[in-house]
Amino acid sequence: MQTSSSEPVLVLKDIRKSFGAVTAIENFSLDIRPGEIVALVGDNGAGKSTLIKIISGVHAPTSGSITIEGETVSMASASMARAHGIEVVYQDLALADQQTVYMNMFLGREPVNRFGLLDRRTMISETEKLVKELDVRIPSAHATIRDLSGGQRQGVAIARATRWASKLILLDEPTAALGVAETAKVEAIVQSLKSRNIGVLIISHSLDQVFKLSDRICVLRRGKQIGIRNMAETNKNEVVSMITGLN
Amino acid sequence: MSQPKQTATPSSAPMERPPLLKRINLQQYVVYLGFLAIFLFFAIVLRDSGFLTVRNLSNIVLQTAPATIMAIGLVFVLSAGEIDLSIGSIVAVSALAAAVTINAYGMAAGVVVGLGAGLAIGLVNGVLVAYVRLPSFLVTLATMGLFAGVARSLTDLRSIPVTDSAFTGFFGSGALLGIPSLVWWTAIAILIGHIVYRETRFGAHVLATGDNNRAASVSGISVPRIRLAVMMLSGGLAALAGLLYAGRLQAAKYTLGETDLMTVIAAVIVGGTLLNGGKGSVVGALVGSLMMGMLNNGLILMGLSVSDQMIVRGLIILAAVAVSLREKAR
Repeated sequence: MQTSSSEPVLVLKDIRKSFGAVTAIENFSLDIRPGEIVALVGDNGAGKSTLIKIISGVHAPTSGSITIEGETVSMASASMARAHGIEVVYQDLALADQQTVYMNMFLGREPVNRFGLLDRRTMISETEKLVKELDVRIPSAHATIRDLSGGQRQGVAIARATRWASKLILLDEPTAALGVAETAKVEAIVQSLKSRNIGVLIISHSLDQVFKLSDRICVLRRGKQIGIRNMAETNKNEVVSMITGLN
Repeated sequence: MSQPKQTATPSSAPMERPPLLKRINLQQYVVYLGFLAIFLFFAIVLRDSGFLTVRNLSNIVLQTAPATIMAIGLVFVLSAGEIDLSIGSIVAVSALAAAVTINAYGMAAGVVVGLGAGLAIGLVNGVLVAYVRLPSFLVTLATMGLFAGVARSLTDLRSIPVTDSAFTGFFGSGALLGIPSLVWWTAIAILIGHIVYRETRFGAHVLATGDNNRAASVSGISVPRIRLAVMMLSGGLAALAGLLYAGRLQAAKYTLGETDLMTVIAAVIVGGTLLNGGKGSVVGALVGSLMMGMLNNGLILMGLSVSDQMIVRGLIILAAVAVSLREKAR
């Protein structure tokens, strides 16, 4: 962990979120450093998706602070989170299936030339470069999303997040829908993000995957933060008992 | 993600190219093949009936101009995942409003009022679709009937003559450099429509909205604004079609545009635009529209009765929709 000394890209402090009388998240604190992969685990209904929505700007926390590279921010919308360099890879990938890979890569942020027309050349060359760097194996930048396999789509979604994220990528169950070989491929891509000096927060139900990929693991149970462990100092039995509350 | 083709091919191997037949996008070319087939059919069958004369062929182009203009708007609407059934009624209202205004206040005021009427109806459709979130099918079904009624009551079912020669020349019967003004209007509208659809961010956002509106939305695209824009664009282009009808016929009547809806939808679908959004073609819609015009013309020259013409056209539309939906389900 050569980068562990640098300033965290994201600091969450005492985050609390309630919907009316229901408290979804209480006293949640976490910091993520550049080049670090942190896993967020917990049973269904533990509050993981509420937390994702807070970090991605969909929900504002009821109290607590969000700090991005030392600057306290308030995020009222998903586009504000994007403007702060946070990208989300949603579970459903949020790809437009009938459009090309390169149009998806730049969806909503298409570059234009001085006549106001789409700058396809830039989009295509940037897409090809990134897809090659991340080793996402697709036939070409011109391929239509619906002609790709599940793993290739996931690769495109991660590549898109990588293109735009300067601070943090949130991955929501990136391999839930994939087969064995494709899961391995996507895990390799996630691993390679470490070298890009951005933080990665991954949500996964697979403890095997969490132990393989992440540096630290953060456990949620019924909206409460049960603990954060360094991977080297914990084991699956401990994490399972933290998730379930049983010994 | 309900993708049936969850292939378990090891992703470390380069992706296999799908077989040639699956790669060729049948729907993309069907309009050109269909156009050619129908043209050849009529050219042979009607060789002695004047189908191939320059006069007849140019008549086809002139007759289809308003439908082609409407089709451009519908390409945008369908691509955004919506539909506009009210275009026929907008044609009538706009043409009548323009005609009445021209006779009272002159050409400029008439054009403004005519186009304004179409944009206003598009605005009503758009607000109900984009912000009240009513299905566009039901909204425009209702406004189609509503404004068909308005068109009838506007002038008590009377036909309004348009005698302003500047207007009729500019919008209908005139010519520039020897080319009829209707051809100019069609060419310019197709060119601009094609560029906006294919080469601008707006066009890309329309496609993204119709393809996956949630993905568009989380990517920062204002989906409601896109929906409003396509409905207004459709209203504005239908109004322009109304002006072209009024200019060419030198009169406006509530029946203008009445039977165009089916022709325009057919032209657009045959032209490769998907009914459920995310994919389409402006140039394809032009060819589709010319094809429908040629079909009408040829069936008349063949001596088919009006009812037989309707049956044949209906069958062609069925075939076109079948190809379109088959393609979508691939």
